Amino acid sequence: MDGRIDVRKTYKLFVNGAFPRSESGRTYAVTDAKGRFLANASLASRKDARDAVLAARAAQPRWWDATAYNRGQILYRIAEMLEGRRAQFEDEVAKAEGLSARRAASAVDESIDRWVWYAGWSDKIAQVLGSSNPVAGPYFNFSVPEPTGVVAAIAPQRSSLLGLVSVVAPIIVGGNTCVVVAADERPLPAITLAEVLATSDLPGGVVNILTGRAAEIGPWLASHADVNALDLTGVEDDGLATEMEVAAAVNVKRVLLPPRKAPDWSADPGMGRIRQFVESTTVWHPIGV
Amino acid sequence: MTFEYAPAPESRSVVDIDSHYGLFIDGAYVEPLDGASFKTVNPATEEALAEVSEAGPADVDRAVRAARTAYKTTWSKMPGAERAKYLYRIARIIQERSRELAVLETLDNGKPIRESRDVDLPLTAAHFFYHAGWADKLDYAGLGRDPRPYGVAGQIIPWNFPLLMLAWKVAPALATGNTVVLKPAETTPLSALAFADICQQAELPPGVVNVITGASATGRLLVEHPDVDKIAFTGSTEVGKQIQRAIAGTRKSLTLELGGKAANIVFDDAPLDEAVEGIVNGIFFNQGHVCCAGSRLLIQESVVDDVLDRLKQRLSTLRLGDPMDKNTDIGAINSAEQRARIDELVRSGDAEGADRWSAPCALPEKGWWYPPTIFTGVTQAHRVAREEIFGPVLSVLTFRTPDEAIEKANNSPYGLSAGVWTEKGSRILWMASRLRAGVVWANTFNRFDPAAPFGGFKESGFGREGGRQGLASYLKTEI
Repeated sequence: MDGRIDVRKTYKLFVNGAFPRSESGRTYAVTDAKGRFLANASLASRKDARDAVLAARAAQPRWWDATAYNRGQILYRIAEMLEGRRAQFEDEVAKAEGLSARRAASAVDESIDRWVWYAGWSDKIAQVLGSSNPVAGPYFNFSVPEPTGVVAAIAPQRSSLLGLVSVVAPIIVGGNTCVVVAADERPLPAITLAEVLATSDLPGGVVNILTGRAAEIGPWLASHADVNALDLTGVEDDGLATEMEVAAAVNVKRVLLPPRKAPDWSADPGMGRIRQFVESTTVWHPIGV
Repeated sequence: MTFEYAPAPESRSVVDIDSHYGLFIDGAYVEPLDGASFKTVNPATEEALAEVSEAGPADVDRAVRAARTAYKTTWSKMPGAERAKYLYRIARIIQERSRELAVLETLDNGKPIRESRDVDLPLTAAHFFYHAGWADKLDYAGLGRDPRPYGVAGQIIPWNFPLLMLAWKVAPALATGNTVVLKPAETTPLSALAFADICQQAELPPGVVNVITGASATGRLLVEHPDVDKIAFTGSTEVGKQIQRAIAGTRKSLTLELGGKAANIVFDDAPLDEAVEGIVNGIFFNQGHVCCAGSRLLIQESVVDDVLDRLKQRLSTLRLGDPMDKNTDIGAINSAEQRARIDELVRSGDAEGADRWSAPCALPEKGWWYPPTIFTGVTQAHRVAREEIFGPVLSVLTFRTPDEAIEKANNSPYGLSAGVWTEKGSRILWMASRLRAGVVWANTFNRFDPAAPFGGFKESGFGREGGRQGLASYLKTEI
């Protein structure tokens, strides 16, 4: 403007509701689509991943103990906060992905609308995926979907906001908590999203975001004995995907494989991602006087 | 004066066992191309029942090719309503031949005839009947419109409920439009081969169901075959992990139903006689060869002595012996290997300082047997509290508060099932919501039904069998 020097944001990790730097002290230069410097993002390490899993595990019982209504309100507030700050996100997404202003605005629109969509799911999942089962005997028998627990996810590499939201929202709406590795080369919208999460009454630890290399920390998450499931959506290298699948067997993790072709994030998400990370508990009780 | 039970033997004549069986591929029994043969034995008498074929690589390949051809040319083109009618035929024939199949199952597996007759066979028929009805209603299953099957399903089943586990696998796979290559367990192939005969009687199109007998090598060939789209495995956690690693990078769909170490939790307000029946059923039904067995008994401290007294009394009335006798409660252990495994873990219990008590019973001369056994003074660190024994051995722990019961119950890599005994309804629901188990039995135990989804959390596997939710294991779902 008039020669005023702007105050640039420091991009750190988002773990347990706070913004620590990587314990390794490392950063890496993030550039825009044309190779121009944007910021130094924290380069997360194995120990950061470990700490994030601890935070996710600690937060999970409390997140699931909240009512579905409460979870829905929190997801809706995330949409409110995102809408209020949309200009900042349009700018970040445009720079990260090299999009025109119009296409970036469209991506932000869809991201907000996606949060609203998932907010409406929280108190309906049990009705759609649960059941009362007509067993052949005098028993009351019902099945309820319960969260898998802690999910480690590799966010989509190219769609830095809409793709990220499309991966994270279905994980947490089902009552899970997560550790997300943001897109290697386009991580900044993820950290700005973390600022939205931090101001939306989302309990610390429900979503943890690490910036860095999926190839470096992915395998550690895949072999972590206290992670219940993997979402490999953002893994574009077949060798890394296979390596993580093999490592996942250590504690029989549920694994969502990378898509065969680049997903259309604008399309109707369906229930597949919600269903992937919940599993049913079936309860029996005799009926009698 | 004591009343003795007069023997009440079921007749063996109701079943005809051939001396030799081929593999069931493409609608016919065929000799193996490059496999060998092995004997299957009656574990109660050690008598050889039949010679059975072992499928080698070429046999597995032709079974998969038969399943693929049947899928492409016939089964995937058939409307669901027509597939349903085949499944209904199969269900009805199973009902008609139930007595024969129950006797066959008891001879090959060692389980009491009362259990094969009253539990295994009725549930087997019910699974086919239930899933038949889904075949033309998949649009309503909550998996999107027109969900598609995977194609060829490779299925590997265990020896503890041979025919029932076959039903749990084959019925939903066929109902959803997949074709099947099934490998029954090495020690219990006969009821699967009889099922093949039933498929012929039902005039099921050739190749829709293929039964390839063999041991773990045959199973591995099936898992690794490139033209299998879906693998469903029930068995040990250790082998489940091997399979998960083996299919990495292949994009094969996988569901696993693995081991368990279920906590059966008795509160001080539980109706104790009923709870004792539930405890006994939980761990001694099927000789404890049950993945969801209530193998850890958690008793609230104030009723420990009372429960243990009643339990020991009840165990002393259990009848162990000839599985073909309708009075028998406890049958044979399925194999010498399994008996050795049970023995090793029991001796670890002794060595680690738990107190062992076994029901006094005479063990027959021949065959493999293990008396109902309980360990008290067990801590969470003991191997008998941590590892799956898969035999008639119960580990007893205590607790004071509901929170402690939850913590101890969930303190396991497994998460298949759990039992809760209390009269307080709110406590039942509270426990059910906190127990990390795919199946919670409250004031009951070991109840199964095709309409009720079954499966585990954590290292007890993933995916469900039964119910609407179980269909998802065999259908490609939108992501």
